[in-house]
Amino acid sequence: MPDDASIFRNGTFHADTWTFPADDVPLPPSGDIAVGKTRFLAEIQTLRARNGGIGVVLNPGEDPDGIVEHLDRITLVALRFTKYSDGRPYSVARLLRDRHGYKGELRATGDVLRDQVIFMLRAGFDSLDVAHAGTREALRTGSIVGVRHHYQPASDEAREAVGPVSPWRRRSV
Amino acid sequence: MYRYDEFDHAFVRERVAEFRDQVARRLSGEMTEDQFKPLRLMNGVYLQLHAYMLRIAIPYGTLSSKQLRRLAHIGRVYDKGSGHFTTRQNLQFNWIKLADVPQILEELAEVEMHAIQTSGNCIRNVTADHFAGAAADEVADPRVYAEILRQWSSLHPEFSFLPRKFKLAVTAAPHDRAAVQVHDIGLHMKVDDKGERGFAVWVGGGQGRTPMVAKKVRDFLPEADLLSYCEAILRIYNLEGRRDNKYKARIKILVHETGEAEITRAIEAEFAELQGKALTVPAPEIERIARYFALPDLETLRARSEVYETAKRDPAFALFARRNVHAHKVPGYGIVTISLKPTGAPPGDATSEQMEAIADIAERYSSDELRVSHEQNLVLPHVKLDDIPVVFAQLQKIGLGDANAGFITDIIACPGLDFCALANARSIPVAQRLSERFEDIARQAEIGDLKIKISGCINACGHHHVGHIGILGVDRKGEEFYQITLGGSGDETCSIGEIVGPGFSSDGIVDAVETVVDTYLKLRISADEPFLAAYRRVGQAPFKEALYAR
Repeated sequence: MPDDASIFRNGTFHADTWTFPADDVPLPPSGDIAVGKTRFLAEIQTLRARNGGIGVVLNPGEDPDGIVEHLDRITLVALRFTKYSDGRPYSVARLLRDRHGYKGELRATGDVLRDQVIFMLRAGFDSLDVAHAGTREALRTGSIVGVRHHYQPASDEAREAVGPVSPWRRRSV
Repeated sequence: MYRYDEFDHAFVRERVAEFRDQVARRLSGEMTEDQFKPLRLMNGVYLQLHAYMLRIAIPYGTLSSKQLRRLAHIGRVYDKGSGHFTTRQNLQFNWIKLADVPQILEELAEVEMHAIQTSGNCIRNVTADHFAGAAADEVADPRVYAEILRQWSSLHPEFSFLPRKFKLAVTAAPHDRAAVQVHDIGLHMKVDDKGERGFAVWVGGGQGRTPMVAKKVRDFLPEADLLSYCEAILRIYNLEGRRDNKYKARIKILVHETGEAEITRAIEAEFAELQGKALTVPAPEIERIARYFALPDLETLRARSEVYETAKRDPAFALFARRNVHAHKVPGYGIVTISLKPTGAPPGDATSEQMEAIADIAERYSSDELRVSHEQNLVLPHVKLDDIPVVFAQLQKIGLGDANAGFITDIIACPGLDFCALANARSIPVAQRLSERFEDIARQAEIGDLKIKISGCINACGHHHVGHIGILGVDRKGEEFYQITLGGSGDETCSIGEIVGPGFSSDGIVDAVETVVDTYLKLRISADEPFLAAYRRVGQAPFKEALYAR
């Protein structure tokens, strides 16, 4: 596995096709780029006028207000976990998927660890930016031990079967 | 009782395997303690002063004899032969080896038990009225809804890393025995004038260093909307609750800082988006779960039992009948409280032998059912009045026949500095000395209803804020001191106790409590005016005067 293939999506690792220009660096004329919320809101016209995908990075505590109007043009939303015990991105992810109907790539980035992977996928993330070596290995070899019977509907209905008894029970498939 | 189906079994088995894997990675050094801590906490494993502590969930306090026997077995094999029942209707073992925990969890899973979410910043074990399913005054069985909430909140993908812990309680009787107004969410079931069941919803209550009585955000929430409404509250809390200061991270602070009107508006707006969708609880599903909690096959009996009435000629039994037996919804039956507060013992402790004996009694005389109360007692919910004299005799044999339920020696106490890494002062020895000072049962009966609750630190696990007499242990320059609060109550007349004045030394605290009690006895209108009513009538002044005037 090449080292730069850090994005886990659809069951395998891929190299990242996105660039994340710093706030003081001019936007490149082409290519897929993702920027923070402030810059996104300030430069939305420029972003829309250029060639290439538009992405947004949200930090914990940043809500998607102002972004949701543009979701039809956005193909990456990356939610940053500054530490895994700060669970705010889970709610933002669910709002983007369930409330705002976002269909593009929803990426977890930052402190992404194997013990939270199932929670992340259920909350609607479909892409994980994994820096942690043990987590990469566990994902690569499919050796994550976790709970795949779920007692509540979430935002990953595509990968879950409704349980046989209670209407809210689910099972990962 | 609720019985696991294949789904529940599979869920718990997977959870045990997951935790076994996590423990292995911690023991091998792949995970640091910092990385491991939130994971072990979510499975009830604490690192305490002397050892690991394992807290086992007893959902809504309901146990079968078989389950209690298994707890006794675990206490004998993996601990020092006893267990400690907690104020969240759970059971703690205080001397556990981390390497044994996966095996213990496997043994628990065999009897449909687990330790999921008994700690950590997640939705904790849901508690309920400990007389649920038996109480004469309930409008429905609150455990049905507690079980639905247990399922919904188990490993919830959105709410497993909240700003802080989150506690729910459910009650369904006008008299609130579950202290719902000091919970993050309190659900008080009632039936409206059309005969529909629903809940008054209370949000933002809690104890700790900033005690608050919850605000009522909904007077009547239809039962079908239970999960949608709770999900709305939790989502707002997860997004907006403070994460900059762990002491300001509970939802009570968010409610306080946001204001009742605004937080209610926000909850209702989020609920409006969720209502009528996947989280709606269909009526047939409520009925299906309710069937698990159906009354056992009880006999048709006369309301009056001659055996029971005759036995009351013995004054000791008469007192037991008056204090430890509550009205059952079925004629000829009673609810029996087993006091885990014998003189001089740590409140809530039971030895493995006692647990086994109680399991035998429950199997024979209480349709195989038991409850744990948040007051750290056990309950036999369905006992024939005819059988209560025999049950009393058997309880006396194992040293648990005390007729002190609700009396001054029925004390709640946290583990305190004898076990807990957070404590500033010891709680258990104070409880033990108080129970010795007030040992005389005739004196206890003269004093009447009086709840003493003791916490060994500001986190208030011993619920001192809602004690009629609350005792808070503090550390002052390396010495234990105890503050007294008066007038707290956790029931439907919920109030937070008021600090009466400067604290007392460990030597002085028992005398101080006695002074409070003697002051009450002198000023009460009659023996029918309990301590709390008298305090509410006269206020703090006479007690302050008696404690501090020289």
